Amino acid sequence: MNKNHRVPSNRTLSAVEVKSKFGAEFRRFSLDRSKPGRFDEFYGLLQHVHRIPNVDLLVGYADVHGDLLPINNDDNYHKAISMAAPLLRLFLQRKEEADYSAFGTDTVTRKKTPAALAAVLLRPDANKKKPPIIISLPKDFRPVSSIIDVDILPETHRRVRLYKHGQEKPLGFYIRDGSSVRVTPQGLEKVPGIFISRMVPGGLADSTGLLAVNDEVLEVNGIEVSGKSLDQVTDMMIANSHNLIITVKPANQRNNVVRSSGGGSSGRSTDSNTSFYGYSTPGSMVMTPSHIIQNYEPDEESEEEEDLVIEADRGAKLFPQAGARATASTSMPALPRYEPHLDLRPSNGTMASSVSVGSLNACDRGLEGRNLEEEGTVITL
Amino acid sequence: MCDFLFSSFTQTVEHGFPNQPSALAYDPKLQLMAIGTKSGAIKIYGAPGVEMTGLHKDTAAVTQIHFLYGQGRILSLLDDNTIHLWEIVQRENRSHLVEVHSFNLPGRPGIESTSATRVTVMLLKLSCDLLALGTEGGGVHFLELVLFFFKTLGHLQYIPEEYKCGKSLGPVESLQQHPQDSDKILIGYSRGLVVLWDLNSRHVDNLFLGKQQLESLVWERSGNSFVSSHSDGGYMVWAVSSSNPCTHDPISSTIPYGPFPCKAVNKILWRTTESGSPLVLFSGGMPRASYGDRHCLTILQDSSHVTLDFTSRVIDFFTIHCTDKDKEFDDPSALVVLLEEELVVIDLQMAGWPTVPAPYLAPLHSSAITCSCHISNVPPKLWERVISAGQQQCPLQNYENWPLCGGKNLAADPKPKELLLTGHEDGTVRFWDASGVSLKPLYKLSTANIFQTDGDHNDSLTQAGEEEWPPFRKVGCFDPYSDDPRLAIQKISVCKYSGKLVVAGTAGQVIVLVLSDEKSDHMIDVATVDLLQDREGFTWKGHDRLPPKSGSVVFAPGFQPVVLVQCMPPAAVTAVTLHAEWNLIAFGTSHGFGLFDYHRRSPVLARCTLHPNDSLAMEGPLSRVKSLKKSLRQSFRRIRKSRVSGKKRVQEANAQLAEHDAEVTPVQRRIEPRSADDSLSGVVRCLCFADTFLRDGTHHGPTMWAGTNSGSVYAYALDVPSQEKFSEQSVEALLGKEIQLMHRAPVVSIAVLDGRGNPLPEPYEVSRDLAKAPDMQGSHSVLIVSEEQFKVFMLPKVSAKTKFKLTAHEGCRVRKVALSNFTSVSSEEYSENALVCLTNLGDIHVFSVPALRPQVRYDCIRKEDISGIASCVFTKTGQGFYLISPSEYERFSLSARVITEPLCRVDVERPHDLSNSGKKYHGFHEIFSSFQH
Repeated sequence: MNKNHRVPSNRTLSAVEVKSKFGAEFRRFSLDRSKPGRFDEFYGLLQHVHRIPNVDLLVGYADVHGDLLPINNDDNYHKAISMAAPLLRLFLQRKEEADYSAFGTDTVTRKKTPAALAAVLLRPDANKKKPPIIISLPKDFRPVSSIIDVDILPETHRRVRLYKHGQEKPLGFYIRDGSSVRVTPQGLEKVPGIFISRMVPGGLADSTGLLAVNDEVLEVNGIEVSGKSLDQVTDMMIANSHNLIITVKPANQRNNVVRSSGGGSSGRSTDSNTSFYGYSTPGSMVMTPSHIIQNYEPDEESEEEEDLVIEADRGAKLFPQAGARATASTSMPALPRYEPHLDLRPSNGTMASSVSVGSLNACDRGLEGRNLEEEGTVITL
Repeated sequence: MCDFLFSSFTQTVEHGFPNQPSALAYDPKLQLMAIGTKSGAIKIYGAPGVEMTGLHKDTAAVTQIHFLYGQGRILSLLDDNTIHLWEIVQRENRSHLVEVHSFNLPGRPGIESTSATRVTVMLLKLSCDLLALGTEGGGVHFLELVLFFFKTLGHLQYIPEEYKCGKSLGPVESLQQHPQDSDKILIGYSRGLVVLWDLNSRHVDNLFLGKQQLESLVWERSGNSFVSSHSDGGYMVWAVSSSNPCTHDPISSTIPYGPFPCKAVNKILWRTTESGSPLVLFSGGMPRASYGDRHCLTILQDSSHVTLDFTSRVIDFFTIHCTDKDKEFDDPSALVVLLEEELVVIDLQMAGWPTVPAPYLAPLHSSAITCSCHISNVPPKLWERVISAGQQQCPLQNYENWPLCGGKNLAADPKPKELLLTGHEDGTVRFWDASGVSLKPLYKLSTANIFQTDGDHNDSLTQAGEEEWPPFRKVGCFDPYSDDPRLAIQKISVCKYSGKLVVAGTAGQVIVLVLSDEKSDHMIDVATVDLLQDREGFTWKGHDRLPPKSGSVVFAPGFQPVVLVQCMPPAAVTAVTLHAEWNLIAFGTSHGFGLFDYHRRSPVLARCTLHPNDSLAMEGPLSRVKSLKKSLRQSFRRIRKSRVSGKKRVQEANAQLAEHDAEVTPVQRRIEPRSADDSLSGVVRCLCFADTFLRDGTHHGPTMWAGTNSGSVYAYALDVPSQEKFSEQSVEALLGKEIQLMHRAPVVSIAVLDGRGNPLPEPYEVSRDLAKAPDMQGSHSVLIVSEEQFKVFMLPKVSAKTKFKLTAHEGCRVRKVALSNFTSVSSEEYSENALVCLTNLGDIHVFSVPALRPQVRYDCIRKEDISGIASCVFTKTGQGFYLISPSEYERFSLSARVITEPLCRVDVERPHDLSNSGKKYHGFHEIFSSFQH
């Protein structure tokens, strides 16, 4: 997936020809390739030229391979501009009528966020043959991994962020003790190190393609692992598993990010490696490395670490008088509230909902008999 | 937080009995006793409170120790054939033990050619100027101790004509100085020959041609006779007369436990008494077939005969007797016996030779320690009642007639009294005075008597079967055999103000005890609480619960059981807490938790915490091996969690394999977040009661909190009737909040902080004016400590306020945690609370509360010492204890103000000051050559 599509700069022309199609209508205009501007300006421009100021649009373009790819942020907009040779063909759809199946070619299904799921389910076009694979909008995707800090790390190192999000897919890798050779003032020295020993096929780590067996682990969430035992590193990784950032020295050094020695912010990145569940954007572009780094910055606190607090119902008597067999409580409990909103992705959802079922049932337990999750109890003496 | 609250971390004193003692010595002039251990430690004890410890650089076993008589110096011989000189020195007006010299003897062990020079016995002349060393090869070396340099004076290897038979004499077994003539020494060889050697004239005075293999020798005080003990279980008395240079037969020869073959008499002492017949004390000599496995020491005098029957091996013993040269008799006053697991002292002056309770060296591990609990600032009333209960158990509890009284204890009588409670495998709880340097036993509580156990019947049988001869007397309290492992105490909770105690054990038993000064004969109320709550699909495969005794039981004054709650299934209790003001106890197991009103004797709440997928929880401890295998298959990480030793074994095995074959997969660890269905996720790890705001911010009230292994916290609002209505109205519990920590690490502690961020006071503390009332105006918060993170949540909303991710930052996990109060050195008024935490790496971290900012970090325990880490207990004043061996607690202090360490002084007069001399001799310098017939 990391094919190199470097565009020779001498082929780049100053103007980009844009042909935009909305329904049956075409508009043609041009853009300055060197100054493409921001995506929201471009979006406004499209709404303006098509005279549909209040219509939510889904913008797609045909890339060099003929694939229909979305434009919905600065990154893919710039990429589309830079890739235009010289014509940029745009396809606009009303968001509510959008045919998502047209996008992409190489995608896997994933558990949908509610919004994406709704978007798919609400698809008005029922006559169409059901596409084999449904893929939601890129902006609705959750990144599963990214390469970060390319600008500050040595080229031989790679810092990978794995987003666990509580999904069911396992992180799926193992680490082991080993030794690596370091260059020190005293010469070459063999030092103990921690290495990736195994990848679980189909696991998150495996599917990103950013980590491989025998990669040496150098840091975990910014903390160096040298001098730490395998158990310590394991504990650190598990403790950070909701938002794991590991810096590795890949065993295979051929896929490294190559930066020009000119330095500064003009370093050229040839391989973004940003992966969306196997959906990758092939091609290359000239941009500052910092652009590649983060296209998704989760709010760490809320995303990764929100503890679930369940308010129990006030009215429900959870414990009957001692000695007496449970009697049905008359008050009707309200649904439990989840104080911080949690994503109800299926894995979490099961847990959360089963708990709520439990508290609901607590009141009529006496009548209903037993429930696995029920809270109230009877003491036998 | 200010730095003057914390001292640098100091390990202050060791409590208990040294692990694996190997040598004993006594200085009659200074009245100090020294004990050496297999790990190379030397400990000196005198009067209560006088303790000094030294540690050899190499951890070789100390085989012999000798005091330089009256000089406050000690020579130690290690089994690596090195001799070390130790000195008691005064620093900052108190005494310390320091090593001043060490001396390598030729012939390190393991090299066959030199084993002949391996030292078997040492004799230090009373004048301290000559050291005689007997060797394996039968040679005797003399070393001069001038200015404390070893100089070899000579070397004796002697075989008399009459005794030659082609065999060597064997190793030197004993060297004894003539009691009257200091220039004569008695040399005993293994094969039986005894030689009286004159050091001045360098020739043999007398020969005693013993035929039995020799074990030990002892002089009679007058020097007219000596006694030898032998490997056949007998001893002989020999007369020494100048007229007869070669004696063939002893005056008398006795095998006290004959006629059937007996084991060797390892050591014999012969003490003359003014009252008439000598006192003979010897170890061993038991009839081989019938009592060969007993560890015995016999005291004989005329017709009085006692066979002290110990539970562990006799290492060495000595008598405390008159050493004044002018006196005619030894007149021993006490016998001190060092056993492998305890120290026993016998009063030889009182009729019947009773034992004297020791003020130190308490055998903490008389039954294995299973848990411990510390109570600081014990109210005087409780203290007195515990002491009086203890005195009725063991009336001889004053240490005034303690025979070892060397040195002066300079430490002031500790003001705030501290109790350390240890729970044991046999179901006992022992109360120790932990206020000072020596840990003194105060009171022993047994919980076994309220259950029917198999041990009950056996006891009466063995009693009846005991024979009259030998006249055994069971001595000592080390008893490692437990009748029933289910009796083992797992958790203890105390209310120091009301004298209520809750102990919980391995078979799910939770016992509420009340301190009573009167004897009582009553029935115990028994209640069963089903923690499974009829949950289907679970069958308990572990042990049965302990059957309680029916009918009334007689209880001595002290803590008397009133209520027994039995959890079903009867899994080990993993958490227990007590609120004496509300008359409530809470307890948890691997299946759930319960709340019980012990006043009304009625259960209030039971809640199952089992995850539906958890199968391991039902297997009980009996099928641990099976579950280990199972989890081995599941993941390495789970093994590490459940049984660390198992992991180690796997690791070691793997490491070995890796050495042999590089192809074999190395140890690897799976990286996976915890999931809800991890095994044993339902284990209740902590429980706490608090008067706080759970339901709204305006009304506070009683609450109960429980935390589990899978990061769940349950908070209940309790409806506790007022004191007057307690009998009519029942307590009710309503689930208020359920918190699921997203990282799912086990919750190890929960504490509620008041509006000022201080921990809530204990029950009764406020109502009895012993603590400031908590701030109920400002908003309360709850501190939840998991193995990975500390978090403070505001109440009643349970919104996260501050947190510290320990594991994510440091790569270590919480093992033990406590809130401690650190008082400033300069002002007693100023103090701060801190969270003290011991991690799986054995280091201690201190955090401010409630800001959770890291303050300091110290290395404390080796990370390999898993039992040490597991045994650690913190006090409320910034001290702590952990087991350094099964029998010893190391005490440490984090506080700059509260430090308990030995403060003692031993004043000595020395002829030479050795520490300043600069010259060094190495090896033997033979001044006059060895001679041989």
